[in-house]
Amino acid sequence: MSGYTEGVLVLLAINVVFAYGAFLPVAAGQLNLGVAGFAAIGAYVSAYLCTNTATPVLLAIPIGGIAAGILALAVAVPVLRTRGIYLALATFALGELVRATILNLEFVGGAAGYPVAAYIGLPVVAGFAASVVVMVGLLFSTRFGIAITAVHDDEAVADLMGLNVRAFQIVAFVLGSAIAGIGGGLYAFHFSYIEAQYFNISLSISIVLYVLFGGTQSVAGPLFGAAIFTLLPELLRASAQWRYVVFAAVVIVVMVLRPQGLVTAVLVRRLSALVQDFGRGRSERPA
Amino acid sequence: MLGSIYAMLGVALTLSIGILRFLNFSIPALFMIGGMVTWALVHAGVPWPVAALAALAAGALVALIVEAFTWRWMRTAGPFIPLVSSMAFLILFEHLAVANFGSDLQTLPPLFGRGVDWRVGHLVVSIPQLAGLAISVAMVAALSLTLARTQMGRGLRTIAEDSDTALLLGVEVGRLVPLVFVISGVFAALAGVLFALNYRQVDPFMGEALGLKGISAMVVGGMGNVWGAIAGGIIIGLVEVLSIGFFGADFVDISVYGLLLFILIVRPTGLFGGAEMGVRA
Repeated sequence: MSGYTEGVLVLLAINVVFAYGAFLPVAAGQLNLGVAGFAAIGAYVSAYLCTNTATPVLLAIPIGGIAAGILALAVAVPVLRTRGIYLALATFALGELVRATILNLEFVGGAAGYPVAAYIGLPVVAGFAASVVVMVGLLFSTRFGIAITAVHDDEAVADLMGLNVRAFQIVAFVLGSAIAGIGGGLYAFHFSYIEAQYFNISLSISIVLYVLFGGTQSVAGPLFGAAIFTLLPELLRASAQWRYVVFAAVVIVVMVLRPQGLVTAVLVRRLSALVQDFGRGRSERPA
Repeated sequence: MLGSIYAMLGVALTLSIGILRFLNFSIPALFMIGGMVTWALVHAGVPWPVAALAALAAGALVALIVEAFTWRWMRTAGPFIPLVSSMAFLILFEHLAVANFGSDLQTLPPLFGRGVDWRVGHLVVSIPQLAGLAISVAMVAALSLTLARTQMGRGLRTIAEDSDTALLLGVEVGRLVPLVFVISGVFAALAGVLFALNYRQVDPFMGEALGLKGISAMVVGGMGNVWGAIAGGIIIGLVEVLSIGFFGADFVDISVYGLLLFILIVRPTGLFGGAEMGVRA
């Protein structure tokens, strides 16, 4: 495998992890505009542990995720008392606050960036990404997934059905933030260097765009969104500036034409029906 | 002085969220467009008042384009779709500006002679800055009167309460909503023009650096409250100046976004907000 292909695949794996981090709260009807901030927490905490306490990488990354989750819990519990746009605004503020704070923390390099002592290659990154996808997939095949969808579709009805709406929203948000933290850790250890300015609002916005572009009704949506937006710009490499223009224009057009995102629940149902028909057709065919 | 820039941005954002319940992330981009257009025209030799007016017109026009791709589709889509599209617009316009003008900081020539500073004792007051402040206050006052007194303002306040009911009551929602976008676009572009004329430097990412502080101004003042946004802008400006004074320039973002988060946790309706959202004149 060429270095270029490997680089693209690593980026894809990390973007997929970020996308699932943003997907979980969206699936519960809340928007996280501070994904980059949680990723930064995961990146810096795991890198710090690894450099200063000789924690093994494979342990440091989940700890970074847990740290991001704890921060998410601290913010979500007070903010989710209110409804609507407030969590989105609070996460926006938190993301910027995390970035600005890290810029001023000299023991992790401040504005100069922070070199990371350990390195992980594509197999480890891809392994983490695959397990995140499988975990979220499994999670959504349980009662939890059904409950989250109910909360997303209609909070009032979900409440009447006896679901603890707020608890589900908090759990989805905290889990998503922890996943984003893991993504940050993967980024840190693969590139061996992190700087606070990378984890800015543009990153958060891009990740949210992946998710809504891919579709939030099914677990496959973020995977497609992240894959398309990682691979498409690579094909459009002609001009670095125009990549973002095309990226944004595609999102705007798709949001108008297909506001539910590319992969919708109906599409998934149709596809699975198609596969079943195909299988039945073959088995019923006379020998 | 930055406070009045934040205040104008806060007004633009608060109009959108108060009337349409739409957090319009393209406002920072409109701010940047206001600044960049002013710079580009002045750079091309156009007199600055003409450039400023052209920038306002550009802001209004681009706001209409954003409207065509966001609000119009809101009814059939989830609540985040217009928000997400407006973020995509932010990225789109930023990188269009980079593609056209490069990502460097551009500098405007000094437009006003040396005699424009007004000295009162030790204080140096720049007349252009003062004029900018006066224009902002006048425009907000006009907006506030329009919302409170006119037929159009009543229509807008009805939409703020409930857009479906407004439609049933014969309010021309389809005609008024683009107007909201145009007004907020002009306010955002005006902030950009004032910034370009006073600080004489613009760049494609000025929207992210400054425009997003407008969100803080809006929240601190209370979402949907026009005068609250003004107060919020001034508070954010003061917090910046104070944190530079006490802790140094690096702590500005920590203070501003820390304050935003604190307000959201402790008093999400903002300092001057009531219990419910809506435009209060």
